Amino acid sequence: MAENRDYALEARGIGKQFGAFWAVKDVDLKIPQGSIHALIGPNGAGKTTCFNLLTKTLQPSTGQILLNGEDISALRTSEVARRGMVRSFQISATFTDMTVLENVRVALQSKHGHAYRFWSPISSIYNLDARAMELLADVGLADVPHLKAAELSYGRKRALEIATTLALDPKVMLLDEPTAGMGHEDIEPITQLIRKVSAGRTIVIVEHNLSVVSTLSDRITVLQGGQVLMEGTYGEVSSDERVIAAYMGGVEDA
Amino acid sequence: MRWALILIAAVVALALPFFVYPVLLMSILCFVVFATSFNLLLGYVGLLCFGQAMFLGLSAYVTGYVLKTTGVSLELGILAGALVSAVLGAFVGFVAVRRSGIQFAMITFAFAQFVYFALLRAEFTGGENGMQGIPRSKLFGVIDASDSFSFYYVILAITVLAILFCYRVIHSPFGEILRAIRDKEDRVESLGFRPERFKIMAMTISAFVAGLAGGMKATVFQFATLTDVSWTVSGEVILMTLLGGLGTLSGPMVGAAIVIAMNDELAKFGEWALIAQGVILILVILFFRRGVVGEAGALIRRLRERKAD
Repeated sequence: MAENRDYALEARGIGKQFGAFWAVKDVDLKIPQGSIHALIGPNGAGKTTCFNLLTKTLQPSTGQILLNGEDISALRTSEVARRGMVRSFQISATFTDMTVLENVRVALQSKHGHAYRFWSPISSIYNLDARAMELLADVGLADVPHLKAAELSYGRKRALEIATTLALDPKVMLLDEPTAGMGHEDIEPITQLIRKVSAGRTIVIVEHNLSVVSTLSDRITVLQGGQVLMEGTYGEVSSDERVIAAYMGGVEDA
Repeated sequence: MRWALILIAAVVALALPFFVYPVLLMSILCFVVFATSFNLLLGYVGLLCFGQAMFLGLSAYVTGYVLKTTGVSLELGILAGALVSAVLGAFVGFVAVRRSGIQFAMITFAFAQFVYFALLRAEFTGGENGMQGIPRSKLFGVIDASDSFSFYYVILAITVLAILFCYRVIHSPFGEILRAIRDKEDRVESLGFRPERFKIMAMTISAFVAGLAGGMKATVFQFATLTDVSWTVSGEVILMTLLGGLGTLSGPMVGAAIVIAMNDELAKFGEWALIAQGVILILVILFFRRGVVGEAGALIRRLRERKAD
């Protein structure tokens, strides 16, 4: 079969079995290059499991995952990251003991390949600081490079996380509920930031907040009971009877 | 401030053997290096190795055996012991780093017990009697420093080199990744690193440094015994590290000095020394969570802030 590079990320019949229970079953996804794709669904629909399969945090029980046409089903998270697909975490995943600048520099080291040098002084990687500062400026953190990450507000931690992810210059970014636990005042800037960094990239997000989904995503896959209920644009999805039924209370237009 | 402290420490270290029994001082230095090796794992990678004594004890025997049976110079004997410990560290790391927390601790403990019995059974160790008569061979094959007073300065020099080596590892690109792993291993993996490789390397380096301490100890006391491999020594190094302060370079050094000096003072009370140790550990855990050095640092910061206000 010829490789198909039209899709940045493709899942073919992926499934995950825990004991006798299929958390995700027979899910197909085709995510075109450069698009923003959202995975939504009611609680327990298998969004997070599906996300963890795509990022290779979990090993799929069945099916294939292709990144730019290359089969990544058997690879580890770190290997997938090196091929240009990087994930974020639902709970903030900054290195809290380190400064904001050091956080980004850790990620820059991944590309640099000096990370095993236990005999080199730390000053040997100060040349990465300029690039780290550029990335911090992109997410609006240029004013606090030497602050401990633990001292940042919740919203700014998410921004730092995005800067850290961007340090790898990923072609595909997978964001796990980027606005989870945020107040209104933080949601808008993060949404704008995601839109900004989506230029030239493919983004997959799992998100509860439907107004964020509606503003960001090109296409949406709705999961229910571990399977794909439907796929379409926000307009199509939000007016679909089955989706409304799945959400019980109905989907409110944002 | 920092340089002043280092200068004072240097002067004190050089002058001490004029006032204090050199063998006690050398014993302290051995455990300073040993505790630093342990802290490299627990303080900077978050790995609790509950078998650190295997690296100390194995190296003590290897150093002793090499110095007794060959004519190599002192530093080569100690280096040989440390390298054998490093190989053991890499092997234990390879098996253990896939697990974390209590499982990691138990696997390292099991390995240490295995090493203990292997050394008990081995011909060359002298079994229960230990290995006696380890020579303080000439340094670089030429310098004779075998009396305890001059030997102190040899041990001091090795200690300084070992600490500088650890400082370099901690403050290196590699050390930065270790700190990140300690904080959030999943995230480090998601950024394209293989955390277990870093942990195996850290284990190897830590075992090497612990091995240096073992070689030092073998040449200081001129014998090696099973005590050096026993789990009580693995436990004692935890006490030293926590007492001094985890995750600071100087903390475990201070902790080691306190524990060894205290054992020496309390030796006349026999078993009561252990009870005193236990009480001190409980007090430290309850009231000085950051250890002696950590609490002192926090106090200085508070005083400074008050001054600034």
